[in-house]
Amino acid sequence: MTARSIRGAVAAATAATMALAATACAAPGGGRGAGRAADTAVVGIAHEPETLSPLLGYGKDGNSKIFDGLLTHDAGMTLRPALAAALPKVTDGGTTYTYPLRRGVTFSDGTPFTADDVVFTYDTILDAKTDNASKAELDAIEKVEKKDDRTVAFHLKYPYAPFAERTVLPIAPRHIAGRQDVNTGSFTTRPIGTGPYVLTGWSKGEKLTFTANPRYWGGAPKVKHLTMAIVKDDDIRATRLRSGDLDGAVLPPDLAATFKAGSGRKTLAARTYDYRNVTLPGANPVTGDRAVRRALDLAVDRRAMVEGILSGAGKPAYGPVPTDSPWFAKGTERPYDFAKAQRILDDAGWKQGGDGIREKDGRRASFTLWYLSGDKLRQEHALAFASDAKKAGIEARVESGTWEAIEPNMKQDAVLAGGGSPADPDFDQYLLLHSSLAGDGFNNMSRYADPTVDEQLVAARRTDDRGARKAAYDTVQRRLADDPAYIFLTHVDHLYVVAGRWQGLTTQVEPHDHGLASGPWWNVEDWQPAT
Amino acid sequence: MTGLPHSRFRSRGGTAVLPASPPWGPMARMAARRALLAVPVLLAVTLGVFAIAAASPFDPVQAYAGTAGLTASQENLDQLRHNLGADRPLPARWWDWLTGALTGDLGDSASLRAPVSQVIGERIGWSVLLCALAFAFAVLAGTLLGVLAARRRGGLLDRAVTAAAYTLEAAPPFWLGLLAVWLGAIELGVLPPGGLTDTGSDVATAGQITRHALLPALVLAVSQLPWFVLYVRQGVGDALDEDPVRGARARGLRERTVLLRHALRSGLLPVLTLIGSRVPELITGALLVETVFSWPGIAAATVQAATGVDFPLLAALTVLATAAVLVGNLLSDLLYGLADPRVGFDG
Repeated sequence: MTARSIRGAVAAATAATMALAATACAAPGGGRGAGRAADTAVVGIAHEPETLSPLLGYGKDGNSKIFDGLLTHDAGMTLRPALAAALPKVTDGGTTYTYPLRRGVTFSDGTPFTADDVVFTYDTILDAKTDNASKAELDAIEKVEKKDDRTVAFHLKYPYAPFAERTVLPIAPRHIAGRQDVNTGSFTTRPIGTGPYVLTGWSKGEKLTFTANPRYWGGAPKVKHLTMAIVKDDDIRATRLRSGDLDGAVLPPDLAATFKAGSGRKTLAARTYDYRNVTLPGANPVTGDRAVRRALDLAVDRRAMVEGILSGAGKPAYGPVPTDSPWFAKGTERPYDFAKAQRILDDAGWKQGGDGIREKDGRRASFTLWYLSGDKLRQEHALAFASDAKKAGIEARVESGTWEAIEPNMKQDAVLAGGGSPADPDFDQYLLLHSSLAGDGFNNMSRYADPTVDEQLVAARRTDDRGARKAAYDTVQRRLADDPAYIFLTHVDHLYVVAGRWQGLTTQVEPHDHGLASGPWWNVEDWQPAT
Repeated sequence: MTGLPHSRFRSRGGTAVLPASPPWGPMARMAARRALLAVPVLLAVTLGVFAIAAASPFDPVQAYAGTAGLTASQENLDQLRHNLGADRPLPARWWDWLTGALTGDLGDSASLRAPVSQVIGERIGWSVLLCALAFAFAVLAGTLLGVLAARRRGGLLDRAVTAAAYTLEAAPPFWLGLLAVWLGAIELGVLPPGGLTDTGSDVATAGQITRHALLPALVLAVSQLPWFVLYVRQGVGDALDEDPVRGARARGLRERTVLLRHALRSGLLPVLTLIGSRVPELITGALLVETVFSWPGIAAATVQAATGVDFPLLAALTVLATAAVLVGNLLSDLLYGLADPRVGFDG
């Protein structure tokens, strides 16, 4: 708690100082970093990885800098071979994935990469003694088999169409990681990989430093020295970017806007799957009522949230899939319709009570809505949601807490939640909506249970026919629109401000978590100087 | 502190205050007694830390899993709980830690994914450097300012120094830290606001570390300074009113000699006790200052250990802090016994 309040105090002091500095003297543009060459990049990120070992979950969605996966995503999120020589061959009705491996790849210590490293990596992650919180993502794996030195086959328990997306997971060297304690060995802080960069230092809470791997199989990167500074506070990150200490940083919309006018920097907005929603648990007689759910779904003004909370950097969300994704079910947009919301509640017997809150059979239309304390974005969404609900005669009592405080109440209280993973529609929708995961950890928090949805979710992961999958996910999204057990509010864009020393910077479609692997530096190894 | 036996010190002939050879025997016996007493203290402290951490609302599994925990399966989380030992009763975990620690194995830190000995080994040096710099500065500056203030009690300098000391004593170290960042790093732009080295550099040169250590060490020193100033001022001021000083002046010794060789010597005795008793505040002050300046010492590890309910790391850090306090107390008692033989080494 102390650290958090101090950080808050730092933020307040810095904000005050910035206001003072802005009035007192001219903007200190340029500064220390202006003289840096294009082969050096210093970027500010908000989230530090807990570990650098892929065996414990580091880099599982790719772009890990130090490592490569069998496959990788390009700018359009299409899978490309990396340590694999080609995309996998899928056989046995979708239960066997066979990868030919790239030749001539070595780890940064000079040891050749082989099939043994692949088998070792997956076997270790799936081992019960390995403390990896993401291992359920590899649930489908029955066995990983080394066919020969250059071929690896994954045998699955059931046909799982999005499996190849999981194989962007970084490969660890068996000859190093296999000789030490997987949970606490030195590999977790001083990793060795095949990737474009070699870690030269990790000062926890401060920065990670990398240098280009001259032996990289994809060609040595142009950016030779890369520093990822960990700056948790948004205002401090903006100040350090302004002073030239940082070349690029992730920033919230209001701070990113202060860099617009001719500062020689570029602002990039990444499209995302990063949603904010409200869970409406079925066990609560108010939030479990379909009329209340549908009324809330129509009564929330999503456009106002995008404009007011996100300063326009985002989109209204009607489900886990963003409206501009090819997986989005056209026609499931629900525009703001206050009159219809009122009508639904009236028809269902929720009558206006004395204090402006509706009642039905002596029960007030009232429930508690939790948000994660200290998360400003979630707080603002929660307050906006509660205010819209109030207008429709439904009371959402907003409370804040840590996950430890929220967890015991998730069965009957609503939660302002967030998530989103762009690689495959299965990743979000199965965890959110399948009834077998109702109340399982933080999955399916609304305890949504719909036999049709269950059936379609399973059907969609078992076939790799894209048309059939699309049809199944369309059905799922329509069912959800019909009984919105989650009220999706917004998809949040991620904004990055970068110095102008490089050209052709891009961003991928980003997931909810956006740390070291996201932003324009997802492919810093391919950056080119702006001449 | 009136009536110190200056005549006795001087009766040994010449100016030697200390006996010709320190009484090693009694000193060693005192250290051994204290070491014996430290055992139950340390046991109670570690058990207390385990109990408090177990009663805290933080969940070690959630802390460990981080954001991945929000999409992990319940089975996965239960397995983690088992692997981390978080499903075992408190006394068993304490006993395991204790028996491990006695055989030299401090256990593994789950929150930092490394052995505890490595976590502490990497950080303790930076914390010690910061504390040592700050402490040396606080003692030197405190003595200087205290003596200057005591020379003319009630004078302008005395009043200014005393008022400043009381104000600083009331200011929390993290507030001083923020003020220093604002002034030194942002307004003047002369010193870096945090970290151990420059952001863009990955080699730690002595020059860089010095520049980065200056602000945090100064802030920590300033937060410790008031006690030393006030104690020295009081001690030296009182000594200046005493017979030996009057005698020295009557013999026509220079004021400088009177102040430094007579008044200062006896006036510094209370400061010796202070050195020991300031250790706990120095440690807590260092935790706050390290946090403000992102100094890679044990502070960040302590916060992480506490919020992550990381028993082995928390226990090791607590033992370390407790030991530092006990050693500090022992040191000041030994010094005091040496400086004033009447006190002896019986404690």
